[in-house]
Amino acid sequence: MTTATKQHLIDPELCIRCYTCEEICPIDAITHNDDNVAVDASICDNCMDCILPCPTGSIDEWRVVETPYSLDEQFEWMELPEQEDFTNVSNGSEGTIEAIDESITALLNEAHQGAGGKSNAPASASKPAINLYSPNHPVEATVQGNFRLTEQGADADIRHIILNLGANKFPLLEGQTVGITPPGIAKNGKPHMPRLYSVSSPRDGERPNTNNLSLTVKREEQGICSNYICDLEKGAKVQLCGPFGSTFLMPDDPQAKLIMICTGTGSAPFRGFTMRHQRVMPEINGVMHLFFGARTADSLPYFGPLKKVPQHFLTKHFALSREPDTPKQYVQDRLWAAQDSIAPMLAEPTTYIYLCGLKAMEDGVEEALTKIAAATGQNWLEIRDTMRETGRYHVETY
Amino acid sequence: MAGIMDVSYDTQIPNNIGLSSDRRVLKALEKWHPGYIDWWKGSGPDGFLEDLVYLRTAVSVDPKGWAKFDYVKMPDYRWGILLAPQVEGRIIPCGQHLGEPAWQEVPGEYRSLMRRLIVIQGDTEPASVEQQRFLGKTAPSLYDMRNLFQVNVEEGRHLWAMVYLLQKYFGADGREEANELLKRQSGSEEKPRMLGAFNEETPDWLSFFMFTYFTDRDGKMQLEALAQSGFDPLSRTCRFMLTEEAHHMFVGETGVGRTIQRTCEAMNAAGITDPYDIDKIRALGVIDLPTIRKKMNLHYTLSLDLFGREVSTNAANAFNAGIKGRYQEVKIDDDHQLQDATYAVSEFTGGQILVKDVPALTAINMRLRDDYSRDAAGGVKRWNAIIKKHGIDFALELPHEGFHRKIGVFEGAPITPDGLVITSDEWAARRDEWLPSKADGDFIQSLMVAVHGPGEYAGWIAPPRVGIDNKPGDYEYVKLYMA
Repeated sequence: MTTATKQHLIDPELCIRCYTCEEICPIDAITHNDDNVAVDASICDNCMDCILPCPTGSIDEWRVVETPYSLDEQFEWMELPEQEDFTNVSNGSEGTIEAIDESITALLNEAHQGAGGKSNAPASASKPAINLYSPNHPVEATVQGNFRLTEQGADADIRHIILNLGANKFPLLEGQTVGITPPGIAKNGKPHMPRLYSVSSPRDGERPNTNNLSLTVKREEQGICSNYICDLEKGAKVQLCGPFGSTFLMPDDPQAKLIMICTGTGSAPFRGFTMRHQRVMPEINGVMHLFFGARTADSLPYFGPLKKVPQHFLTKHFALSREPDTPKQYVQDRLWAAQDSIAPMLAEPTTYIYLCGLKAMEDGVEEALTKIAAATGQNWLEIRDTMRETGRYHVETY
Repeated sequence: MAGIMDVSYDTQIPNNIGLSSDRRVLKALEKWHPGYIDWWKGSGPDGFLEDLVYLRTAVSVDPKGWAKFDYVKMPDYRWGILLAPQVEGRIIPCGQHLGEPAWQEVPGEYRSLMRRLIVIQGDTEPASVEQQRFLGKTAPSLYDMRNLFQVNVEEGRHLWAMVYLLQKYFGADGREEANELLKRQSGSEEKPRMLGAFNEETPDWLSFFMFTYFTDRDGKMQLEALAQSGFDPLSRTCRFMLTEEAHHMFVGETGVGRTIQRTCEAMNAAGITDPYDIDKIRALGVIDLPTIRKKMNLHYTLSLDLFGREVSTNAANAFNAGIKGRYQEVKIDDDHQLQDATYAVSEFTGGQILVKDVPALTAINMRLRDDYSRDAAGGVKRWNAIIKKHGIDFALELPHEGFHRKIGVFEGAPITPDGLVITSDEWAARRDEWLPSKADGDFIQSLMVAVHGPGEYAGWIAPPRVGIDNKPGDYEYVKLYMA
């Protein structure tokens, strides 16, 4: 396995050696010779202060590397080297590479945007492997099962898909993502791009030590990939790439308290988190909260199995917005209602917050947390930034 | 911190200097403002007053707020007064006051010297806008038009920066000088701009690119030297101007580079391998490499003249007084007073080029010019890389310092670009080999046609590799009023 880091570089063909970046860098990570300006990988902490003031756009260049390019190498360049095609990568000490391919990195960056800054993995999280299979070199998985999670009459068709990896190694951590490429050709005449799905099973499989993984997929009306997946029959073969993602991970710490907030299929990673918890520390109670929003109980994936998890092990807060004869409830309402237990947790350095689901829930959740914090004299934005920087605040929305 | 960084819009003049609580200066600037707008309308880009241009405006001087892009009509551009943040405990970095706290007011003894430096710097800013005022009409693309206007509005802002210093620190004299800056005109018979090179019209876009590459680079070096000043407000002003000046260098370097690229591409497509097959190459509607070299020779040498005489007591006095430092003064490892140091300076005596060591203190201009030449050589290397990449056997090289000089020890000396001394007659006879002739100028002029379609480019220049503000290739950088 390759241990890789993401290195900040400057495109020598576009750079005009104005040294604006060098002047602006707060930690003197940028230097130059007569020919080129270069970033010292051993100093740069990716603060991004240099990106906007650059007049050329040459400075926003990144390469995933096994060994960072030295200053001397960079000084010799007339053009940037190509990105090496890595498969089977594990993160170096920085732990911030989520994927190698630009398009997948962009998708993950967009999903993580709501965190308000660069996300970090929990310090105690296991080290993830990423990009074991790139989109160009996927692995074939076999459909082991395809189960409808929502009632037949419900307005959403959400599926629990189990994929068997056979003899192929596919090391995964809860919270990571995989890509599935639907067959056929896209409108632009090229093969389809892979779509990303959060894995809903724990690292050792649906049952301990089975080499499989599960996904939670909702059928979208015009969705090319979701219809393809939801129609898959047992025994069908699927092209799978990944794993991707190196920050939305669970802490490996019995003291950690988890607040998990989701809507619909955003519950996938939390199913994985909960199952992992059940398997390795079943005796630890009262540290996991799940806020789960859906339209109705029958469109809420895993409603049945979830109800069987004891409340003292996982404190469940369901928010149903279209349940007949009950007032509309959104996750933010449930958060606010639980303020007495949430507020003290915000101040604790062992608390982790995760959001997963539709982007539309971000504002409401932010609002609720702001209100809860303010009610006890705390500032949510400050808490959030600290939590994020210490790997304790995670957003993955779409 | 945020308070100092953020630009305040509570007066008509955006600023980060607390202008609203400095009634005297605010009043003086408000009085100066209408004259400035009149100057812009009369001497700024000809036409284009109503067009929406995608321009960069600073909303704060810290990295995150530095570049905010939006459409704006140029006369409505928020020209502001922006100083880089004050550095706590900054000291005077050179000269006899070395190590003393930087001045927040002008010391009386240096008042006139400092005023003169600021006025000379200030005079070049509106001058270049005047020189370039007709270029908008022949812009090879909306992208280039936008870049020209960005350069123009920022030169305008640099005038504001100098005028602020004059109004704030130099009393009635300063006010008078600020008004004069709007009265002088590039190329005027009665009231020309102060430096020769700033009185020539910029006739075409290749000249514009060469000007922004070579002549604005002189501006950059002067700003770098003034950014070292012991007079802290001047230092802070220049430091922020430098971040803007970088865009001008960018326009020049990539503009020349894209011109070269297009020529090479056209030569390759037509199967022309000899770069001196000028007629055939010109017939392709591109500028041949030898002519590009002549333009480079011209603009480089005109820019060398802007550094003044190699040995200068004025420059020595400014350094010694701590008013103007050397390029990257604080990074130089020496005594910063130049008490015993010497510096090698060329001489031209008896038809021979000699090199002589002189007291470094008197050779401040020469040193800055050498730093400039090194800096300028970097882009030439990139341009050559483009030529090489296209497999064409041709290379550009900056000419010898003695070639085509009008100021300093080589004034009028008959020296070739290679540094050979020849007779004046031979030099005159061969002039057009090295410098653009009228016919060369006419040919370049013949290619200057406006291209106004988003994402379209005139045939003599290649599109840029990346857009401004990461915009896509067909972005409408200027929304033309009449279009």
